[in-house]
Amino acid sequence: MSLTHDEVNAIAHLARLALTDAEVEQYRQQLSAILDYADRLNELDLTAVPATVSATNLRNVLRPDQAEVIFDQADLLFNAPQLVGDQFLIQTTLEDG
Amino acid sequence: MTDLTQLSLTELWHALQQGETTSVAATEASLARIAAVDNDLRSYLTVTDEMALEQAAAADRRRANGEDGLLLGIPVAIKDIICTHGVATTAGSQILADFIPPYDAFVVEKLKEAGAVILGKTNTDEFAMGSSTENSAFVTTRNPWDLARVPGGSSGGSAAAVAAGLAYGALGTDTGGSVRQPASFCGLVGLRPTYGRVSRWGVIAFASSLDQVGSFGRTVADCTTLFQLVAGHDKRDSTSLNVPVPDYLGALTGDIRGLRVGVPEEYFIDGIEPDVAAAVQAALDKLAELGAILQPISLPHTRYALPVYYLIAPAEASANLARYDGVRYGPRLEGDDLLDSYKKTRSLFGPEVKRRIMLGTYALSAGYYDAYYGRALKVRHLITQDFQRAFQEVDVITTPTSPTTAFKLGERADDPLSMYLADIFTLPLNLSTGCGLSVPCGFDRQGLPIGLQLIGDSLQEATILNTAYAYEQATKQGQ
Repeated sequence: MSLTHDEVNAIAHLARLALTDAEVEQYRQQLSAILDYADRLNELDLTAVPATVSATNLRNVLRPDQAEVIFDQADLLFNAPQLVGDQFLIQTTLEDG
Repeated sequence: MTDLTQLSLTELWHALQQGETTSVAATEASLARIAAVDNDLRSYLTVTDEMALEQAAAADRRRANGEDGLLLGIPVAIKDIICTHGVATTAGSQILADFIPPYDAFVVEKLKEAGAVILGKTNTDEFAMGSSTENSAFVTTRNPWDLARVPGGSSGGSAAAVAAGLAYGALGTDTGGSVRQPASFCGLVGLRPTYGRVSRWGVIAFASSLDQVGSFGRTVADCTTLFQLVAGHDKRDSTSLNVPVPDYLGALTGDIRGLRVGVPEEYFIDGIEPDVAAAVQAALDKLAELGAILQPISLPHTRYALPVYYLIAPAEASANLARYDGVRYGPRLEGDDLLDSYKKTRSLFGPEVKRRIMLGTYALSAGYYDAYYGRALKVRHLITQDFQRAFQEVDVITTPTSPTTAFKLGERADDPLSMYLADIFTLPLNLSTGCGLSVPCGFDRQGLPIGLQLIGDSLQEATILNTAYAYEQATKQGQ
């Protein structure tokens, strides 16, 4: 499995990562090597094998839907990169019009 | 009294109980030792000295009032991926460099209730992704046994601190071996409990189906004491198991007569250093001498564990780390528009984290999901089955913890696959449903510690801890 530059750039875009050209080339080689290693899984016939997604057998763990105050608002806002009053300030996501 | 920092956690507890010393004295001794040696060792990212001394004084008052808890007044350290209210928690990452958690993790709540003294936060590979702690964005932690070598990882700061007498015990996290492997490299006992045994509430997520909080101690009893106090159900973690917590300390009898010990042929492969193989064989002989019954077993899908792990863990990580977008916390590097800002901000991730996000994104992407992530989940099922079948025949499975002893700083930094191989014996367990630990079993010819891994079935921590205890008492290693 050998990835191309374009594929690595496409993955980086999906992952919202800005990579330099040098990083793209480095990751292209390293990810290709790791995926080659993963090709070992193709040795197995998995047609009748179910998928395991959890290490427990828990299903639908529910609790009463009750409002609780478990965080202090000032503590939560303390880490914000930008605030207006008690609200997070972010860049425009939708243009007018 | 002699140097307080040389006492084990259990010895300090006895000394406190007998009134021979105080928590304030033990805390001052720990802080003095941190000030003296941690410039070289770099095990801590944050030392909470003022808070620690306040907690120590409070613990001494509680003890004076007749309380006698197992961790009351005991100074411990916490891996910096576990949230501490009001104390910086970085996950070893620039993207959380200034993050002050608004709450305590479940395990930190437990430690505080028990009256433990929190000395500080220990270094970790960024988001626990690594096997040497070299992926920390901040400092390089060194192995106390040889400062030119790595302490293992990702909980390398916790391991180095406990091994060097800079804490009496410590918490780490183990997603693929990040407690057991550094315990092995630093000559400690390190436990990775059954998934769900300890709440993940407040533990910064790496791979949610694999992450679990574990404990380090200089002895089996020390490691068990910490585990005893943090185990238990928590409704805030929906994968937390609601089953009673047994008396793990009471289970340390040292009697393993009749214990069925499985030795998997797949774990004794080329690539194990001869000294490691010899030490593990000697440890198996000792277990037999103590009355255990050794038998060969097979875990046939072992050779697939590494590729399965390196598809599932990055896939989960790529989803978990999507939250670091510079909106609600963490630094924001402003770009031309929101998308550009995301990309600029996320460039603060280090190279290994980016590598795993990329790998995980690829494994989950349209067109490749079935070929990679989907296949990995199926093979995870086969690996789990291997263990479940084995535990019908045996009580404990023994393997080396890592194929080698501690390697040199920088030696594997440029080759991700060689770094990943350091966890080849620990990560199959994380894909399955059991528990595991590493206990010291001797030294190589360079004087570096070797670890024996003991793997138990789901929720059978008492069995593996007692096996380790029997071995430790018979050999007095790890003291």
